[in-house]
Amino acid sequence: MDHVRPVPDGAPEGAPSGGDPARLADLLRQAALGDEAAFAAFYDATSARAYGLALRVVRNPAHAEEVAQEAYLDAWRSSTRFDAERGSAVGWLLTIVHRKAVDRVRSVEAATSRDETWNRETAPVDHDQTAEAAHASLDAARVRGAVATLTDVQRRAVELTYFGGYTHTEVATLLDVPLGTAKTRIRDGLIRLRDLMGVAS
Amino acid sequence: MSEMDIHKLTGAYAMDALDELERARFEQHLATCEDCRAEVGELRETAALLSETVAVPPPASLRDSVLAGISQVRPLAPEVTSHPSRHADRPAARGRGWVPFLVAAAIALIVGVGAVVTQPWAPSDDVERLTAAEQVLQAPDAQEVFVDLGEAGRATLTRSKSQDRAVITTEDMVSAPSGKDYELWFIDGDEFVSAGLMPDDPDQTVVLDGSAGAAAAVGITVEPEGGSTQPTSDPIAVFDLTEAT
Repeated sequence: MDHVRPVPDGAPEGAPSGGDPARLADLLRQAALGDEAAFAAFYDATSARAYGLALRVVRNPAHAEEVAQEAYLDAWRSSTRFDAERGSAVGWLLTIVHRKAVDRVRSVEAATSRDETWNRETAPVDHDQTAEAAHASLDAARVRGAVATLTDVQRRAVELTYFGGYTHTEVATLLDVPLGTAKTRIRDGLIRLRDLMGVAS
Repeated sequence: MSEMDIHKLTGAYAMDALDELERARFEQHLATCEDCRAEVGELRETAALLSETVAVPPPASLRDSVLAGISQVRPLAPEVTSHPSRHADRPAARGRGWVPFLVAAAIALIVGVGAVVTQPWAPSDDVERLTAAEQVLQAPDAQEVFVDLGEAGRATLTRSKSQDRAVITTEDMVSAPSGKDYELWFIDGDEFVSAGLMPDDPDQTVVLDGSAGAAAAVGITVEPEGGSTQPTSDPIAVFDLTEAT
């Protein structure tokens, strides 16, 4: 993994990659007015998370780059629709990234399954693999700490869903639990994380 | 799915874990459920925090292509509303309005309308199209295939080989998920040929775009808004014409 990249102004390597929420919301508001430099600053503060998430879901670095690029272009175009009262700027961006990443893995598989018989269950995802150069940050440690308090089924359901890009029906099959259980674990797990990390609307 | 159950889908929805029809149904529910909208917002925020643990510095080429891309397009016009507060993008009754990243409905209108809508009450300039649908539906060699999509609706495909046309009739069909359209396809073996997009209307009769005589089946997929040249997802419905009566 190539670690050499331009260091953004005032954002030392290793700082929480999300940046200050108020500043990010502000940058997005300026972007909505057509300020490309503000959007570049928004990119610099969020790109490690956006690209890392895309990479985790789609796996292929070239695809991840395309997904992240499409997501940022969408974010630029729809910056006028961002409403800070409804959530954080980075949460808004990552919702776009995740949706696009999931669409990408599913569409690749749909194309593959038309050509040949494809069994995604034969390729279980190794979610403990941390070989990807994870960006060290205080937030990451806090998130890992919260994830560690989940039950095993909750944790795997949340990770297979968010990082694996599987549907809840597929998660139920992968974990060999009834669909109702998978649904409940996905929601319970997220709600527990929400409460532990103090996310409020 | 009972109304009790549907509230439990907030987590799966927030993490994009619903299939397209479930997603469409859930968005219809979100349009009327303030509690679920609030919970989805919080759970999306929570899920986004998970990305902290997988952050990876992107290649420099990504920054270059993003900045080059934004220099060529302006941000969308804002949504102008008389209530510019937190209800600014409150969903419309059928859910289609809850579209955070809707790019341009105009594009869908220009590119998308391959299929033709016919309505019995249409004005006279639609008479020819109405006739096209009726000709198929009333053809002596008309073949019909019915597909029940459960709570997402029902659809009947009618094909006339002599007319070389097919017509789809839907009943109570749920809107496509936000940012998506239903696209129709003629299927022959592993060949998919687009037969146009379905307009967003629960009850409609649509003449498929293109030659239907040789198709072994017709499928419906959920595609990014404006449609695709090849399907990007598995069909939500397949009408098998080899077994049609």
